[in-house]
Amino acid sequence: MDETQPLLEIEDLSVVFRSGGFASRRKTRVHAVSNVSLRIAEGETVALVGESGSGKSTIGKAVCGLVPYEGRIRLAGQDLGSFTGRRSTSAARLRQMVFQDPYSSLDPTMPVDEIIAEPLRRLEKMRQAQRQAKVADLLDAVQLPRSFAHRLPAELSGGQRQRVAIARAIAIEPPLVICDEAVSALDVSTQRGVIELLEKLRTERNLAYLFISHDLSVVRSVADRVAVMYFGSLVEEGPTEAVFSDPAHPYTKALLEAAPIPDPRRQRQRTRATVRGELPDPTRPPSGCSFHPRCPSAMEICRTAAPRETTLDSRVAVRCHLHLDPPVGAADEVAERETVGPR
Amino acid sequence: MLTTAEPAAGVPLFEVDELSVEFRHGNRVRRVVDEVSFQIGPGETLGLVGESGSGKSMTALAIMGLLGRLRFARSSGSVRLAGRELLGSSYRELSAVRGPELAMVFQDPMSSLNPALTIGHQLVETLRRHQKISRRAARERAVEMLKLAEIPAAERRVSAYSHELSGGMRQRVMIALALCCRPKVLIADEPTTALDVTIQAQILDLLRGLQSEFGMAILFITHNLGVVADLCDRVAVMYSGQIVEKAPVLQLFEELAHPYTESLLRSTTGRPRAVRGTAAGAVEHGCRFADRCRYAQEDLCGQEIPLLPRAGTVPHLVRCARTETLELDTVRAIADDENKVGAGDG
Repeated sequence: MDETQPLLEIEDLSVVFRSGGFASRRKTRVHAVSNVSLRIAEGETVALVGESGSGKSTIGKAVCGLVPYEGRIRLAGQDLGSFTGRRSTSAARLRQMVFQDPYSSLDPTMPVDEIIAEPLRRLEKMRQAQRQAKVADLLDAVQLPRSFAHRLPAELSGGQRQRVAIARAIAIEPPLVICDEAVSALDVSTQRGVIELLEKLRTERNLAYLFISHDLSVVRSVADRVAVMYFGSLVEEGPTEAVFSDPAHPYTKALLEAAPIPDPRRQRQRTRATVRGELPDPTRPPSGCSFHPRCPSAMEICRTAAPRETTLDSRVAVRCHLHLDPPVGAADEVAERETVGPR
Repeated sequence: MLTTAEPAAGVPLFEVDELSVEFRHGNRVRRVVDEVSFQIGPGETLGLVGESGSGKSMTALAIMGLLGRLRFARSSGSVRLAGRELLGSSYRELSAVRGPELAMVFQDPMSSLNPALTIGHQLVETLRRHQKISRRAARERAVEMLKLAEIPAAERRVSAYSHELSGGMRQRVMIALALCCRPKVLIADEPTTALDVTIQAQILDLLRGLQSEFGMAILFITHNLGVVADLCDRVAVMYSGQIVEKAPVLQLFEELAHPYTESLLRSTTGRPRAVRGTAAGAVEHGCRFADRCRYAQEDLCGQEIPLLPRAGTVPHLVRCARTETLELDTVRAIADDENKVGAGDG
């Protein structure tokens, strides 16, 4: 997308989980993420959207080094795979994470100032006084009163806790923050405040966000670009407004149509092609395009061949046979399989 | 025992009147639900909207008689189903009502289903508790209910455990369980909040379909105004234990009259003015929203404000001292704003 070197460069990322416990006779491999490529520029917000189980959180975890992966992740010019052993902690300087549930992501026995200072203590050589000053600055930055420094998480509301989690994430000034459903657990009015805070921090500190969320209205208001995930694959990616106003992939369309709009007159007039069914069983992935069993516009070819990625005018990348020209375009591949309908 | 007589003509099917819930902590008493009143007719859906802590779930639990066993909670007022008083009924009386008359669907289906029993077992147990039918007949009814809830392969799923099902399927099972005795009133407490939007749309369609088939009244509790716009006939907005605005759905969105409703709508539709602060605890005097309200005036908003009808033909109640002098942004104004920013509707 960008001519200059992107901040985050994910290439052909795959994450495979083994399912079935050690006593289970049926051991299976589950592709949580398959061959995803994604770039984020400095100061850019890219949202990953999709249903639960689509693999969006797994990508966040891979970037954070929390799950083993195949493929390549480069962050600020450095290969994350090279941070092994002792060096692995220093990769934390490059990215930090804000989790969904501020009740379980903060240690209930630690006061707020220690929570925020923890990454500083582990990664920066600082005197105590310096650290305290830094914590005070961070509390200011996330718009919490300095008197909160000695409180315990239990004394804070959900929104305040999330602000503490954000302060902890930006303490060592990483260029990238991964927000995994960071505002999903909050009430709408609190949510707004936290989103505005994230916006403010982004402009002040030139932060980039990988913003993982299932809430499309939140995504629309924060993201520069959106990547839509389905069943471990990227099905569509492009500038937020282009994707929202003119979705190219039937799944994106279905997601947008499924979210009810808070306007009874318009909502009740909308034509809604409800997607039927649920995400397929990951141990038995469907053939061809993984969305075809639920897709309202599935064609014969969708059952047999996975669509390759194409780029549309509005700088949207999409994986769907509807946009491959001609629709039965990947004919060479398909002909070999001898499964296409009558000619 | 309560009799199962049909309601007399003119008596509303379901009526909640000045329902209050008080929590006692030592000597302190906190009113978490404050004189909430509403009626729901057969086939009608009332949306109860509010943020967490506004008292909407407590209202539901009080209606179901599920607070009765908590020592520190006391409910007062009246809950009438077809004219019969439910509040203060004994456990036995309530047990006869819950199921065949009044049923509830909770937010989290995983923790409301019994993980140690099969889906079928739970359905059969419920059916046989309220109806004199054989085990086999109950099992057949159970499968039938699962089919009505659009669960694929119902014959097989009836012997599944809840952990073997997806979130959406579990919620369908919950709905089947709630509706298996054909209740007249269904209370749905955030039934789609834990689900993905695609599954949410399916569950809302399902509820709509079953409602038109069974004609039950639904109290739909949610914080999502989109869901309200989609499903509800009338809406009551709760803030800090009180209903602050109540109106038919179109009226509520297009002629909203309470500043809290405005801010709620603004924060859901994107281009917001954030609501200041967080949801308030109990305020002793005056408007509870005043400290977060952009329009608050000390002299007017400092006194107790009643829920009053607005002028006009449509029943529209508002609890705001300044409502007549305010020009609040309705859903139209907000939509126009959005169009100006170039955010077309998908």
